[in-house]
Amino acid sequence: MIWNETKECMSRDEMHVLQSARLIKTVDRVYHNVPFYRRKMQNIGIEPGDIRGVEDLPKLPFTTKADLRDNYPFGLFAVPQSEIVRIHASSGTTGKATVVGYTRRDLEIWSECVARALTMAGVSREDIIQVAYGYGLFTGGLGAHGGAEKLGATVVPMSTGNTKKLTTMMVDFGVTAIACTPSYLLHIAETLEENGEVDNIKLKTAVCGAEPWTENMRRQIEERLHIHAHDIYGLSEIMGPGVACDCEYHTGLHVYDDHFLPEIISPETLEPVADGETGELVFTTITKEGLPLLRYRTRDLTSITHETCECGRTLPRISRFKGRSDDMLIIRGVNVFPSQIEAALLEMGETTPHYRMIVDRVNNLDTLEVQVEVGEKFFSDEIRELEKLSKKIEHVIQQAIGLAVKVKLVEPKSIERSMGKAVHVIDNRKLV
Amino acid sequence: MLIKQLSVFMENREGRLKDVLEVLKNNGVNIISLSLADTNEFGMLRLLVNKPETAYDALKRNGFSSRLTDVMAVKLSHKVGMLQELLEAICDEHINVEYMYALSTGKDDASIVFKTSDLALAEKVLRGKGVEIVKPEEIGLDFE
Repeated sequence: MIWNETKECMSRDEMHVLQSARLIKTVDRVYHNVPFYRRKMQNIGIEPGDIRGVEDLPKLPFTTKADLRDNYPFGLFAVPQSEIVRIHASSGTTGKATVVGYTRRDLEIWSECVARALTMAGVSREDIIQVAYGYGLFTGGLGAHGGAEKLGATVVPMSTGNTKKLTTMMVDFGVTAIACTPSYLLHIAETLEENGEVDNIKLKTAVCGAEPWTENMRRQIEERLHIHAHDIYGLSEIMGPGVACDCEYHTGLHVYDDHFLPEIISPETLEPVADGETGELVFTTITKEGLPLLRYRTRDLTSITHETCECGRTLPRISRFKGRSDDMLIIRGVNVFPSQIEAALLEMGETTPHYRMIVDRVNNLDTLEVQVEVGEKFFSDEIRELEKLSKKIEHVIQQAIGLAVKVKLVEPKSIERSMGKAVHVIDNRKLV
Repeated sequence: MLIKQLSVFMENREGRLKDVLEVLKNNGVNIISLSLADTNEFGMLRLLVNKPETAYDALKRNGFSSRLTDVMAVKLSHKVGMLQELLEAICDEHINVEYMYALSTGKDDASIVFKTSDLALAEKVLRGKGVEIVKPEEIGLDFE
């Protein structure tokens, strides 16, 4: 099934015309409504009239996460605040959150995109779907929720946290679809297995996203739960979940490029690379009203193809992500930057102690341990004081990144330094 | 009459205690007494040594986190209830004992080392009670 055949199967020529018209409007709007973009364009000598179609995209300036931070909270919004009907936020590289805003129409388009993705994954109005992403400032829960309602499915807004209740309802309600992170789904599978309930569920499809996963993980999920698992991609800056999703052929994620123009660039030269070549994914939103972004650098590394898929969709496909061009980690669906940990530790004293983040996956749930060297400054010869210190660090970091963390005090110099610089992250998660 | 105690932070893993002691040996530091407190993840080694300053510098050079802390040592005769009475006097003044360990035992008496929330007050209280407070040189601390 295809939700919107007109758009999803449109010929590339027609799509080019549609995209060009929408791009021209977007550029004109941001130039006149967002001082940041007007300055940026003036600085490189570009006027809205210079953009006559998609082929002029490379003339436009880039936008980065730092730009969002510098214009915190509403500086990049292109409509008056009265037009904004929803705010979401994700963690930024420093203490401040990345804030995004949606108009009513933005929310409608978001729901449309998620409905396309769910349909791609085989979900229809006949299904009962549990949305087990976090609800709240995180875009996962409400984003998937809106799309599932638009589709007309029966939505069970589980959110995260209570796996026992989730599995009980899954069995009792005869739930047929679920939207959650892949690692949480594996955890759910484990719970079902432990209780001998795998044969009692009617689940047939999962739409998983918000963190990187592999083909092996997909196979594991599919075999253990006897379901089909699909990969949904998104980021709050562009919209949230539903920017792209993979179909039953699993040959890459279809990007809804009638709303988000994808480009792949070299992170070094910032020049576009050819189809099939790996580079950084860049998006220009061409229908967003609240927060339109020009050439937003996602830092996600992937490649793209514009060949028509076996499923009949003409939408371009991006491959599974090959990593990131910055140091962001995704832990339990939450974006975490080492610099946040650093800032939190800095709060504890005048200088930052050496630290190291150990990310692991235990029972399919991500864990974060932060090792902190006990230098002279932190030293107390009373165990009570040291334990108080480690609890305090735990609290400060938790406040900063919104994730439970375990702090381990370690000896000075025990954290390896490469070229005199501490190695801050060890990711032991094996994505298999 | 306070004694300089050396405290060393150690991770609770194989070989760390040996490594600390090796540094002390290589720098001619003799251990008079020690106590090792352990938690799940780290340990706190508290030492009375003949040359605390030398030991501290040597450990620092070798990358260990350590510090010198003032503690008190008292001598008690080998009689039932002596320690209990001593603590009673301390508790009456609302002083908290942070930690305590044995320094040495003889035929007629025994010495203990301890750190309290208020060492100066504890010393005053104990002197008032006629408790014998051990001098650093008595237990073999060198003048550095």
